[in-house]
Amino acid sequence: MRFSLDDDREALRATARDLLAELCPPAAVRAAWTQEPDPSAWHALADAGALAVLVPESEGGLGLDETYLVGVVEEAGRAALPHPLTATALVAAPLGVAGTTVTTDLGASSAIVPAATYAEAFLLRSDDGLRLYGADEVEIEPVETVDSSRHCARVHPRGAGELVTGDAAATEAAFERGVLGTAAELLGLSHRMLELTVGYAAQRHQFGKPIGSFQAVKHHLANARIQIEFAAPAVLYAAYAVAHGRGDASRAVSQAKWLAGNTASVMGRAALQCHGAIGYTTEHDLHLYLKRSWALARSWGGAGFHADRVAASIGL
Amino acid sequence: MDLNWSETQAAMRRDLRGWLERNLAEWRAEIGVELSGDTREGFAQQLRWERRLYEAGWSAVAWPEAYGGREGTLWDWLVFEEEYWRSGAPQRVTQNGIQILAPSLFEHGTQDQKDLLLPRIAAAEDLWCQGWSEPNAGSDLAGVSSRARRVSGGWVLDGQKTWTTRGAFCTHLFGLFRSDPDSERHRGLTYLLVPLDLDGVVVRGFSRLDGDEGFAEVFFTEAFLPDDAVGTSVVLGDVDRGWSVAVSAASTERGLLRSPGRYQATVAGLLDLWAERGGDAATRRRLAAAWMLVDAYRLQTLQTITALLDGVDLGSEASLAKVWWSELDIELHEIALELLGTDAELEGPWSKGHQFALAGPIYAGTNEVQRNIVAERVLGLPR
Ligand SMILES: Cc1cc2nc3c(=O)[nH]c(=O)nc-3n(C[C@H](O)[C@H](O)[C@H](O)COP(=O)(O)OP(=O)(O)OC[C@H]3O[C@@H](n4cnc5c(N)ncnc54)[C@H](O)[C@@H]3O)c2cc1C
Repeated sequence: MRFSLDDDREALRATARDLLAELCPPAAVRAAWTQEPDPSAWHALADAGALAVLVPESEGGLGLDETYLVGVVEEAGRAALPHPLTATALVAAPLGVAGTTVTTDLGASSAIVPAATYAEAFLLRSDDGLRLYGADEVEIEPVETVDSSRHCARVHPRGAGELVTGDAAATEAAFERGVLGTAAELLGLSHRMLELTVGYAAQRHQFGKPIGSFQAVKHHLANARIQIEFAAPAVLYAAYAVAHGRGDASRAVSQAKWLAGNTASVMGRAALQCHGAIGYTTEHDLHLYLKRSWALARSWGGAGFHADRVAASIGL
Repeated sequence: MDLNWSETQAAMRRDLRGWLERNLAEWRAEIGVELSGDTREGFAQQLRWERRLYEAGWSAVAWPEAYGGREGTLWDWLVFEEEYWRSGAPQRVTQNGIQILAPSLFEHGTQDQKDLLLPRIAAAEDLWCQGWSEPNAGSDLAGVSSRARRVSGGWVLDGQKTWTTRGAFCTHLFGLFRSDPDSERHRGLTYLLVPLDLDGVVVRGFSRLDGDEGFAEVFFTEAFLPDDAVGTSVVLGDVDRGWSVAVSAASTERGLLRSPGRYQATVAGLLDLWAERGGDAATRRRLAAAWMLVDAYRLQTLQTITALLDGVDLGSEASLAKVWWSELDIELHEIALELLGTDAELEGPWSKGHQFALAGPIYAGTNEVQRNIVAERVLGLPR
């Protein structure tokens, strides 16, 4: 028994973290609100092998499993990377779709697809399984969403695309990998919001003291920190369960998503409250992360959907 | 990363499961109606249970064999806890000795103290209660005013402790006493080991919220504590330096006192209750959510133990778990009451468990105090 992100996994995660800190700072996320995201972070992730963690070595990938990738995806969440890392690296890559920017919506409901305005390929559900469409095979109907950096659209296939899998279990597994990635991104977002808020609470003074010295502020942040403490192992475990094909993998991803979504919600409320009005502006960076967390909390199945899946799995 | 139990651990789990089943049946046949361990009669019943555990080497699995343990690791301890609570065995009336005093003895005790006291703790011969709180020192433990005056051959104790769990049934008390009369706050306190049968010590049991005599007040009036009252020394750690010993115990209490196994057992009970009685869609989701919170605690503990075995100090991080398990326990019992409907009012394990769960955010350092610790020491917010 040993449960921790050991050295080599941690190293991959640290690589992602460092390059995202440099290439996907808040200014880059902000810029992506009004224009197609700057591809430099995405290219750097590709160069580092992060998009091909799950691709076999024989096909030029790293040939590793989800326990390696989950930390990278969490870091993408921390940076609010606009690009579709979960879709490309976690959902599509194991299906043999590699070397291209893929977006997908295998979510429980219909089709608001992120990164739709610039993705090269679209992995969509069809009657017979999962199909891959090129950008010229879909009709894009852009929509305005609360987090504009996501570049969402409704997507309607025009051509037949290419059948990637007709296997129901493989389709379900792909969905669950998407849930896992979304949970990891949410966890990363919570970490970022906590850092921002702890930093702000130490620096902002009122009544002649840092606001972080007030107990009400402390308790908001302690509560959020506690949520993070217990969501994080569930996300890591979900990755492990998926990687090892454990019998409880489906439940584990739902649990991870539910916990990470809840955590991001508690964290987001605390972050906004502790920032006061400055947090309630689009000039401050907090909203970049807050809005991403709102979007992801309901993507790939919301809290109720995943609680119901867990309920069924424990015999309720 | 490896989330599989070893063959030895799996074997231990099987042995223990069988042992618990057989021995619980035998013990229950012996005692008749099983009473609460927070009553005098129930405590006596449970001592018989504790001695069974000890004789089979199960009372303190992670201790050295010389002290009555089975040389287990923290993983073995975790397996033990899962099986123990799963079996429906009673609360451990030896808990304060095994889980709170003993870790401090291992860390701060002299060889003599360890050799003399630990085996008696494991064997449930000495029954220890925890003497931190006083009428005017609760959360603010550094405000203790009970005094220990140095005299030839020992100490003279004066003052009062309170909220002492099972104090009326225990044989010994460990606690903090002000040994330097001119000192303030954390300085000048000594951690003393005190037999409760000294002249000048009066213990008065009184009832907790659930009506059981689980609390006690302990009064010290010119009570002479000889230096050799519990062996070669009644002082744990150094004279006037008891605070740091107490703090290390507090961290243990918060972090590992309540293992996930307890809540796994409680949630399993809720699933049974659901199977018997059913409930509405909202309660179904609420129960699924609670199941996830329990399982998250289990997973977090696996990480914590991995870190502890890597040599990381638990320290303030223990406060994260303390808030989690205590609030979780209330949620679990509230769900039970919801499922029971009007039957929730009946005296029984769920109503009793609910009342005990409500104490969780108060004892072992209130949850407000834990949040202060998380904010200041984990997050580094300014004082
Ligand atoms: C079931 C049970 C068993 C116990 N067993 C033992 C035992 O065996 N031995 C023993 O020594 N003690 C025991 N205690 C006592 C326990 O340690 C104290 O209750 C606890 O330390 C709180 O102290 P208090 O009750 O005096 O509350 P107070 O300290 O008076 O607190 C009252 C309220 O004020 C809040 N508060 C106090 N200070 C702060 C602060 N700085 N910031 C924010 N809020 C604050 C508290 O959180 C609480 O909500 C037990 C208590 C219970 C309920």
